[in-house]
Amino acid sequence: MRRDSYSIETLAAWTLALLWLLPLAYSLWSAFHPSEYATRFDLTAPLTFNNFVKAWNQAPFARYYLNTLMLVSLVLAGQLVIATLAAYAFARFKFVGRDVLFALVLVQLMIMPDVLIVENYRVISALNLLDTIPAIALPYMASAFGIFLLRQTFKGVPTELVEAARVEGASSFGVLWRVFVPLGKTTYIAFGLVSVSYHWNNFLWPLIVTNSVESRPLTVGLAVFGAPETGVDWSVITAATVMTMAPLLLAFLLFQRQFVQSFMRAGIR
Amino acid sequence: MVAAVMSDAAPSAAKRRTWTTSINAWLLLLPAIVLLATFTHYPILATLYHSFFSLGRSGPAEFIGLDNYRYMLDDDVFRQVLRNNFIFAIATVPTSIALALLMAVWVDKKIVGRSFLRLAFFTPTVLPMIAVANIWLFFYTPDYGLLDQFLRFLGFAGHNWLGDPATVMSCLAVMVVWKEAGFFMIFYLAALQTIPPELKEAASVEGASRWYFFRRVTLPLLMPTTLFISINALINSFKLVDQLVIMTKGGPNNASSLLLYYIYEVAFNFWDTTYAATLTVTLITILAAVALTKFVYLDRRIHYQ
Repeated sequence: MRRDSYSIETLAAWTLALLWLLPLAYSLWSAFHPSEYATRFDLTAPLTFNNFVKAWNQAPFARYYLNTLMLVSLVLAGQLVIATLAAYAFARFKFVGRDVLFALVLVQLMIMPDVLIVENYRVISALNLLDTIPAIALPYMASAFGIFLLRQTFKGVPTELVEAARVEGASSFGVLWRVFVPLGKTTYIAFGLVSVSYHWNNFLWPLIVTNSVESRPLTVGLAVFGAPETGVDWSVITAATVMTMAPLLLAFLLFQRQFVQSFMRAGIR
Repeated sequence: MVAAVMSDAAPSAAKRRTWTTSINAWLLLLPAIVLLATFTHYPILATLYHSFFSLGRSGPAEFIGLDNYRYMLDDDVFRQVLRNNFIFAIATVPTSIALALLMAVWVDKKIVGRSFLRLAFFTPTVLPMIAVANIWLFFYTPDYGLLDQFLRFLGFAGHNWLGDPATVMSCLAVMVVWKEAGFFMIFYLAALQTIPPELKEAASVEGASRWYFFRRVTLPLLMPTTLFISINALINSFKLVDQLVIMTKGGPNNASSLLLYYIYEVAFNFWDTTYAATLTVTLITILAAVALTKFVYLDRRIHYQ
């Protein structure tokens, strides 16, 4: 009887898993087959790359890729540098106003830039940055979340290591660079993966501040391309959708363990 | 020892050292502070400030006190999106939590194809919402879409799923649950792995059934995780509106619109930025209330250690 309930559970788990993969599997089916097979599931249907070629030619996806790459690199580089410096100050210095400042940083965990779209648009517009890639990146550059994670990590660094480095004559920056940064490696990877995934996928804010091919990231490009009024063929839209998802999806399939662990670390804090 | 000698012999030098430390720390924090002040603190205050002003389409903006708020309370659309948002939260949060728990329990034990199952459940997490919305849009397309084709195969008539106020919210909720459950699964999984195996052994020696053990031991031990996930899911239901831009534009007749999407419409389609600011104040208040609950119940241990 125990055996039976076990196999029923296995069956249920597999059914749910296959159901969970269905949307993705379907999008791959439709992207790689001619449009007359979009809803006809025939195993003999011919495979084709045509939908991808069409999508690539009908919209500047190469440029969108480049924009997204520039965006995620800019955000990540900025976040890492800024969060490292701030976390170091919070973790290792005793100074006037530390607790107040830390509380002010935590405000961003509560009220994220994603909901401050109205006023952030005004700020970006006042800075004369509308429709540029830095405009998308700037509100996210100082990440309270990154500062918080790194501060936790830095607090765990043994004092002996810091003192040893000091004895060898390292400056404050030297200690940060040679002791703290190397010891924070797992945190950096976790934060990096979460940040890249987030900004690769982010949509509403980039939609608001961009207005041209030169600054639009992939997600916004896809939305513009797939809008019903453009009348683009369904199979071609799925091909574009697959192109948008592919890099992150492949990275995830290759580094599954790191992804899952990073999302977990980042979530639990 | 050096420090002791210094503070004895030259208190002013020690004082100067404290000052240098403070200045160094402030310099390290400067980039973060400037950016946070510009893109978080100032916008929050400006939102509040602008919510007390008229738009000033013709002439300068005027201080109008609580008029925007009065207008908001009388605004049927506002009431509807707020109601929608709560319905949406109630529809998605418990469902994704229950599914996440089920998934975690499955992949935590020795089950055939465990890593495949884990992969299948987690994959939607890494996909952009906008791509997901595109795919699901086609599922729900009347007649031609997959759902209708499947139903027709079973002998049912077609239905305009996203065009019908009665079904549109459920359709969106199903999609969001699909996207989020796997993400929450990993937190349950982590928590399950911290439950000592001896407990299970002891229980089975005592002759407790698996269900009894789950209900009386596992579930209570997972309580903090459940609370943590509920709060995150709740926050997500207020800040994730990407799917609406692609799938429904909040329609039909605002039946699927959520608060943040309404803010986006008011601000960037109707360009009524002061009313959008008023709406944002409401959203900020909700998020702050949720976050404070979180702080009180969950984070007390972590923040000031």
